[in-house]
Amino acid sequence: MTQEGKKIREGFSLRRAYALMKKEFIQLKRDKMTLRMIVMIPIIQILLFGYALNNDPKHLPTAVLAQDHSVFARSFVAGLVNTDYFAVTREPKSAAAAQRLLREGQVQFVVTIPENFGRDIVRGQKPQALIEADATDPTAISGPIAAAQGVFSTAFARDFTGPLAYLKGRQGSLSVEVHRMYNPEGFTRYNILPGLMGIILTMTGIMMTAMAITRERERGTMENLLSMPVRPLEVMIGKIMPYVLIGYIQAAIIVFLGEALFGVPVIGSLVLLSAVLVVFIACNLALGYLLSASAQNQTQAIQMSIMVLMPSILLSGFLFPFRGMPHWAQDIGSFLPATYFIRISRGILLKGDGFMDIWQNFWPLLAFMVVITVIATKRYRQTLD
Amino acid sequence: MSDGGANNGVSYAIDARGLTKIYDGRAVVDHVDIQVPRGKIYGFLGPNGSGKTTSIRLLCGLLTPDDGTGSCLGMDLRTHAAQIKRRVGYMTQRFSLWDDLSIRENLQFVTEMYGLDRPRERAQDALKALGLAERAEQLAGQLSGGWKQRLSLAACTIHNPDLLLLDEPTAGVDPKARREFWDEIHRLAASGLTVLVSTHYMDEAERCHEIIYMAYGKIVARGSVDDVIGHAGLSTWALYARDLNALRRELEKDPAVSTLASFGESLHVSGTDAKALEAALKGYETQPGFAAERIATSLEDVFIHYMAGVKDNFA
Repeated sequence: MTQEGKKIREGFSLRRAYALMKKEFIQLKRDKMTLRMIVMIPIIQILLFGYALNNDPKHLPTAVLAQDHSVFARSFVAGLVNTDYFAVTREPKSAAAAQRLLREGQVQFVVTIPENFGRDIVRGQKPQALIEADATDPTAISGPIAAAQGVFSTAFARDFTGPLAYLKGRQGSLSVEVHRMYNPEGFTRYNILPGLMGIILTMTGIMMTAMAITRERERGTMENLLSMPVRPLEVMIGKIMPYVLIGYIQAAIIVFLGEALFGVPVIGSLVLLSAVLVVFIACNLALGYLLSASAQNQTQAIQMSIMVLMPSILLSGFLFPFRGMPHWAQDIGSFLPATYFIRISRGILLKGDGFMDIWQNFWPLLAFMVVITVIATKRYRQTLD
Repeated sequence: MSDGGANNGVSYAIDARGLTKIYDGRAVVDHVDIQVPRGKIYGFLGPNGSGKTTSIRLLCGLLTPDDGTGSCLGMDLRTHAAQIKRRVGYMTQRFSLWDDLSIRENLQFVTEMYGLDRPRERAQDALKALGLAERAEQLAGQLSGGWKQRLSLAACTIHNPDLLLLDEPTAGVDPKARREFWDEIHRLAASGLTVLVSTHYMDEAERCHEIIYMAYGKIVARGSVDDVIGHAGLSTWALYARDLNALRRELEKDPAVSTLASFGESLHVSGTDAKALEAALKGYETQPGFAAERIATSLEDVFIHYMAGVKDNFA
């Protein structure tokens, strides 16, 4: 064996992964068009999506916190359900539990029926029912809120008979108080911009990695790379790391422009958001890497990226309220990393969600990342077969 | 050193038997045996699509054989592909360095991929040896064909491999650059390197210690150039006539003639049966200006003869 032969390292080499990464950076640096796109895509999208998109979802999950169990309380809830906008999915025992459901996004509304609700109605004292709405997605709640205002005029029609007939026709036997939580002004762009972060990162992440690999195959350099003692994980890390940085740059542009141009608040922790971003970006890059294993050229890579991108735009809850979609569409959406990331970015930026609040959407992202990475490294072929 | 495949006292850098690769049910490489002794230059010849590139890829671990066994530098092709890659240099048919990296960046990247120490210095040394030190920052994609070839050779030998697999390294390169390229290969072989090089050029075949001729996935002939020519058993005549085209049309129908090639003023005919061919040629003596002269059979005559023969077997 030669002198040099002895110095050759075995196994995974961080230095080799670093060299691959450096090469990717150099190539990226010389690709001026791509560099421009990296910055321009988020800017253009933000300006485009700064406008409202509307929708009228039905059967939104609602928690009812009933502190009164009179026939009037039941009629009121039945009245809400009959508007088709509300679906009672939870019946929390305490106000704190109800707030938690709202914060975690498990329900869109919390309806609180106060104590002595029925008694006050009979006495003609106008009790106040409270509806708290998660207004981060204003398009999802405008319909239900309008409908709720009308409920009290019709809900008790059957109850106001016999000895209570005197209450009939009296307007405003109760009042409904609506609190828009997290986005009091109901700006759609508040909701769109955190979602846009998910979409742009999906788009650039998947496409760029998929193309970075298929480009090697198309130009014939993959054959050269494969003929050298390089390990799949090294190639993957080297290919992916530059795009993690790009993902961060884009996320920063979106947060900065969102706040500067549209006043989108940043209520939660940017540190927490950054931590989630790593996982989400890694998900997309690994997915792009996986797609590239089946794509023969860059055109195919782009087409396959769009296959993931389109459902991510349409079914993730970015454009249309997730719960307003048919169940089959929600099921598809549940297999998209963007679905979970969009909930988390909205939660952190608009609601100030903490780690515990986002956990139920964060662990699916972690699971995605691990599963996709494992499959992608396995699918990477060390031969040209 | 005991890590070479040894057979009959000869140490083989490549020792493959029954190597087979099947694509879509068709054997592109069909039970091929390749033995290359250490320190030798072997030429790999054959028409386009004959399976040369696939064979080379099988040898350097880029493809997994569907059948057969083999070793490179004493390491098993199937189980030690990773170790083989460290000690083999492979130059692809197409330029496969990175167009958008500079010459220096390419050399340094390859050095780093082999996990070698002092990549910067090694790249610099290679640049000097190439005579490209002044153009080190130029992008590799802007180099001329000849320079790309030399850069590729420098890149695939930067880790001092023991075996070099070159796939048509001089295709499309001018004669001067080809000659320099071959001088370099001989210099490397003299230092103990084993080389398997595929080519279409007959003059390059003659610069190899031995040649392997492959057609339609099978090895048709092997040995030194003289052996291959001798084994073919062809006898060849140079014919002259006033109307060479008419003579050619006549000869094409003659069963004693196996190959025909026009060479300016003359026509070369070869046949496997010397007596039959000689007799057949007598029949043309009446043609105006006819003359026949027995000449040495060239490698090209042999290959064309083999190509025709193998094709017939396949039809």
